[in-house]
Amino acid sequence: MTLLPTNTSFAADEGLRSELQKAGVFVVSLEWVYNWGRKSSIWPLGFGIACCAIEMICTAASRFDLSRFGAEVFRPSPRQADLMIVAGTVTKKMAPQVIRLYNQMPEPKYVIAMGACAISGGPFKQGYNVLKGVDRFIPVDVHIPGCPPRPEALLHALMTLQRKIENQRTLGSDARRTNPAYRGENRECPIPEFGEHDLVPPYNPEVWKPHTIVREA
Amino acid sequence: MIDLAPILAKFPTVKHDAAANALIVPQALALEVAKWLRDDPAYRMDYASNVAGVDTLPVEKKTKVKQPDGTEREVVTKKPGSMEVVYHLYSMALKHGPITIKQVTTRENPAVTSLTPIYRGAEFQEREAFDLFGIQFEGHPDLRRILMWDEFKDFPMRKDYVEPDDYEYEPTPHDAVLAKAKAHYPKASTSTEAAS
Repeated sequence: MTLLPTNTSFAADEGLRSELQKAGVFVVSLEWVYNWGRKSSIWPLGFGIACCAIEMICTAASRFDLSRFGAEVFRPSPRQADLMIVAGTVTKKMAPQVIRLYNQMPEPKYVIAMGACAISGGPFKQGYNVLKGVDRFIPVDVHIPGCPPRPEALLHALMTLQRKIENQRTLGSDARRTNPAYRGENRECPIPEFGEHDLVPPYNPEVWKPHTIVREA
Repeated sequence: MIDLAPILAKFPTVKHDAAANALIVPQALALEVAKWLRDDPAYRMDYASNVAGVDTLPVEKKTKVKQPDGTEREVVTKKPGSMEVVYHLYSMALKHGPITIKQVTTRENPAVTSLTPIYRGAEFQEREAFDLFGIQFEGHPDLRRILMWDEFKDFPMRKDYVEPDDYEYEPTPHDAVLAKAKAHYPKASTSTEAAS
């Protein structure tokens, strides 16, 4: 953990700051303290949907000990969670529930897509019943490849997310511009409906359509 | 291997499929055969371990036959498709098995007799076969889709199923994925416009 603020908005004399540190006085920005508090106590949503969940549970247990990173408080309710770990295969039948859970989480919220299935569909990509990546439906902050990823990989993803939180703007005029959680816009993701052949978007169907490929012959 | 001769002797309309060592049971007789297999002291097949659907597409084979006058003539042989339901029965009491029984039906209107009244454990598996193959099980207590959602209309495990086009860009598509990708390449006229 770095004690120094990493964003550039904080302007203080480096030499003075290191002198003060020697005397036990730490000069940091309010934003840094704010982000530090937030990144050190991420509450994940306790939901696993396939075998990756076993690795997630293992990560939370004593051997790998997720609580070293302050993220051990798995919440049974999305209303109390900051982080959604999509641990496993998202089938089309399960997709509306996953997206509804995401919508029910309070801002600011983060998503880790764990494992090959969650990031791309994995071995089921060619099938008819699995989403080709959960990031088509909800915004994902960190992707972890692997089938399933080792607990170390999940810890690394959590550290990556902590770094992301550390550097996000929460105060000041450009927080609104750079941090999606502060834009004040409706971040609710459309919940797909069950169609006759596939999931059907409730509105704006162009978003889910496969795009035209431009490829040199 | 279990001796199937007593079953064939008792039910003369049951046929023996030697290649698969399976009994082909007519639908009208299916319940009766299953009940007898379960209750007969020599068999006691009390456990249906597996229910599977099998879809076979009709096959059209063209062969060239030489005529006596030297010319060749094309002969088309058609094999009709079929839909099958395969049950694997075991005996927990006598520790033997399996006996494979099949019900054969048509692809156009697939319907077989449900064995759920005899084997309660077949209920969900028959629902799965109904869900993925569209096979109707007559006499099933609760025939609903089990894996796909209720609004779903297709039967994904059928050989002629066409999956939805939710193709995703891949940098190096090949085989079936390449065929899918080609459908999303821009049309020839538009690509030349883009180039110019």
